[in-house]
Amino acid sequence: MIMEENLLKTCLYDKHVALGALMSPFGGFIMPIQYTNITDEHNAVRHRAGMFDVSHMGEIFVSGPDAEKYVNHVFSNNIEGMEDGKILYGMMLNHEGGTVDDLLVYKEFEPDHYLLVVNASNIAKDYDWLCAQTEGYDVKVVNASDSWGQIALQGPEAEKYAVGTLGLAPAAELGFYTYYEAEHKGERMIVSRTGYTGEDGFEIYASHEAINEMWDILLDAGVVPCGLGCRDTLRFEAGLPLYGHELADDITPLEAGLGMFAKVKDKSDFIGRDALVAQKEAGLTRKSVGIELQDKAIPRAGYPVEVDGVQVGVVTTGYRSISTDRSVCVALVDKAYTELGTKVEIRIRKKVFPGIVTKRRFYETNYKK
Amino acid sequence: MAKTVEGLYYSESHEWVKVEGNVAVIGITDFAQHAMGDLSYVDMPEVDDELVAGEEFGAVESVKAASDLFCPVSGTVVEINEALEDAPELLNEDAFANWIMKVEMSDPSELEALMDVAAYEAMCANE
Repeated sequence: MIMEENLLKTCLYDKHVALGALMSPFGGFIMPIQYTNITDEHNAVRHRAGMFDVSHMGEIFVSGPDAEKYVNHVFSNNIEGMEDGKILYGMMLNHEGGTVDDLLVYKEFEPDHYLLVVNASNIAKDYDWLCAQTEGYDVKVVNASDSWGQIALQGPEAEKYAVGTLGLAPAAELGFYTYYEAEHKGERMIVSRTGYTGEDGFEIYASHEAINEMWDILLDAGVVPCGLGCRDTLRFEAGLPLYGHELADDITPLEAGLGMFAKVKDKSDFIGRDALVAQKEAGLTRKSVGIELQDKAIPRAGYPVEVDGVQVGVVTTGYRSISTDRSVCVALVDKAYTELGTKVEIRIRKKVFPGIVTKRRFYETNYKK
Repeated sequence: MAKTVEGLYYSESHEWVKVEGNVAVIGITDFAQHAMGDLSYVDMPEVDDELVAGEEFGAVESVKAASDLFCPVSGTVVEINEALEDAPELLNEDAFANWIMKVEMSDPSELEALMDVAAYEAMCANE
């Protein structure tokens, strides 16, 4: 059990406490789960604008003459020839093809410079993993997670607040998965059109001081502070994976249904590639699917998926979807039961409830093109 | 401060019991609904189910989590509050006015193991 005194605090910790947030451990940090309630915060992001403290995310900088070759060696997506200011999503895999972490790679506005944004719970593991792969590459790997704060400003009105309230005029010109960089009181600030909600929005990286300042300005302007509770319901509806649930050290991107981010055909080398090729040739034995229940009972992570009383899978995330008011989940299921429309059952406490295999996305996303 | 009601029996797992003859009317306390937040589903037993004191009989669920319900007394379910199937939020609005089930007790002496309102308030104050 993690003792509360060992938990890390983000630079916005005092703001959360002052707002009366319900605080809970997440990824080694003490984080706000909700300020008012999950449903209201979820709806604020879907219909207006909300902001999240995501300062717990990790920032690892890679630079040096071999930076491109090195990042392409550890990263499943293809960064070769990536333009400055572009961002790519993908995974770092272990040699068995399992997922070390899923992350964003930012091509910085300097030759041979990349920023890797990783999950809070995996910062130490990722940094160790990255350092262990540098042999033969002339690169420098720096974990700068402690010196950056981050706000995710999300929702259909995010651009209005980024430009009008924060004065980040260039944000309006950003396409999805691109960023720009500026100076904020002499320190670096990164603004990217990215997020984890299925809505348009921005992720703003800056110094602790600048992040505190922007948080207050957005709060005064009426942006709703949102906790990790609705961050999870939002990303889940949008079909986005959460490490530790849909992805893990023993789950490959092919099994997770994220093969499009593992460029087995375009790239001749990256760690885990051989394992993915072998898995493709042998055929998958299990795959991540969506399941919708007819009943109102709520499927939750860890509940068994069954067919004729025999377990054929396990729920990785599930909710009564706030946006669609349906009981839905993502589950990792034996390949034989992954066709759309397949009838399965989910065991919830003492009863089983009938469900139907669906797509993993339960909500139509509204990204800026 | 969570609301309590005089004259009821209370369990350590935050269920309340109102005795009507040989029938125990059972719900969750205001403290419990407050701790759970907005409820989105109540998993109830079926009429004629045989329940044993201390064992799980259902659950209340918020967006975030499921919390098991434990039966304070043994007996047979004679009625469930079907209104909760479509309106679980009734428990948030008034946890004492909205019962979950009625149980025909097989051993009313089990009530003696439960707390009175003063003991329950003291327990909540320490949580």
